Amino acid sequence: MRPIELCLVRAMPFEPVILFFLLGLLAGLARSDLKIPAVLYESLSIFLLLAIGLKGGVELARQSLGDLIVPALVVVGIGACLPLIAFPLLQRLGKLSRADAASVAAHYGSVSVVTFAVGAAYLSNLGQAYEGYMVVFLVLLEFPALMIGVWLAKCGQGNSNMGKVLHEVFAGKSIVLLVGGLLIGWMAGAEGLKPLDKVFFDLFKGLLAIFLLEMGLVAASRIGDLKRAGAFLLGFAIAMPVFAGVLGALTGSLLGLSVGGTALLATLYASASYIAAPAAMRIAVPEANPALSIGAALGITFPFNLVIGIPTYYWLASQLEGVI
Amino acid sequence: MSASYTRRTLLTVVCEASIEARVVVDAKRLGAHGYTASEARGWGQHGERDGHWPMSGNVRIDILCDAVVADAIALHLQATYFASYAMVCYLSEVSVLRSEKF
Repeated sequence: MRPIELCLVRAMPFEPVILFFLLGLLAGLARSDLKIPAVLYESLSIFLLLAIGLKGGVELARQSLGDLIVPALVVVGIGACLPLIAFPLLQRLGKLSRADAASVAAHYGSVSVVTFAVGAAYLSNLGQAYEGYMVVFLVLLEFPALMIGVWLAKCGQGNSNMGKVLHEVFAGKSIVLLVGGLLIGWMAGAEGLKPLDKVFFDLFKGLLAIFLLEMGLVAASRIGDLKRAGAFLLGFAIAMPVFAGVLGALTGSLLGLSVGGTALLATLYASASYIAAPAAMRIAVPEANPALSIGAALGITFPFNLVIGIPTYYWLASQLEGVI
Repeated sequence: MSASYTRRTLLTVVCEASIEARVVVDAKRLGAHGYTASEARGWGQHGERDGHWPMSGNVRIDILCDAVVADAIALHLQATYFASYAMVCYLSEVSVLRSEKF
């Protein structure tokens, strides 16, 4: 390998599971007959959510919960600013309707579990440790933006459907499985979960790879939506995660997180929800066009974060180490 | 012994899977005694609904009921969902056995 190539590989190490996403994306664009059965998609998402929750719970058991309160409040407080920053930009500069701007803002304020999982896999590939309680932040960051999004969409209109959103989010499988796994892992501890390690931890990366293959196929199917999105939204889908990632890296550094923890927090802030947010927004803000938010979040931001974002946030976190 | 058929209305609703639960609750409230739901795929005004992942999934809900109930449900669906959701709704006259069930 030539010196310059070696330099690049060292600066931006590559996470192999991303290649499965790219394979799915290429297969989708080539109109391959490859299909992942919907039942397998559901099964894999249940597995991944439970496994992430369990892993976080095991780490949480080693932690004093009292020490988490202030960092959690800071992380959620700053995270809640993201949709409030995105909304006026989308409405005034992007000329989106109130409902569309609020829906897109909610997607970008909420988080993507799969992006988080790829970020964690990327760090473990580098042998970089991170705070296990990051999963708690993942759970806490999932829903405030959705409520803010509904409030922004319905501001002054009375009927906010907030009750339906709360039910959709808290009874939705993402929160049930993440929080459930977190509690089981916390109660059982590392020793108690040992018999389950082979299923939930050893198989994790292989099953994540198959899930990413499916996400590549789904992302390819959303490319058509981007034609309707317009140039502003396409630019927003890259600029917003970069801005949020920088904010996350600064927040992580301020909180004294490790380089891995800071990179993961940046990844969380930068990620856009494409599972919980579309479901909640479809129920609460039906007048918003889902093609815009899902096209931007899944067609651009998700691949951007996987391929360019995560290594960049890690690089940023390592640059900030000891600076703040 | 010959079968005893009665005329009933079959209301078929094809809609986004994300609103299945709401449509079913509405139908029950408006007098439906039961329904049969199945996954559906298709293409139309809202693009391809291929069921690859939850947000692109469709369901087909069949409701057998009398004409008045079918009409009330159809009117309600039209007023509540047609503007914002992918939804197709049609009625047909069918002959059923054990009409007291519907």
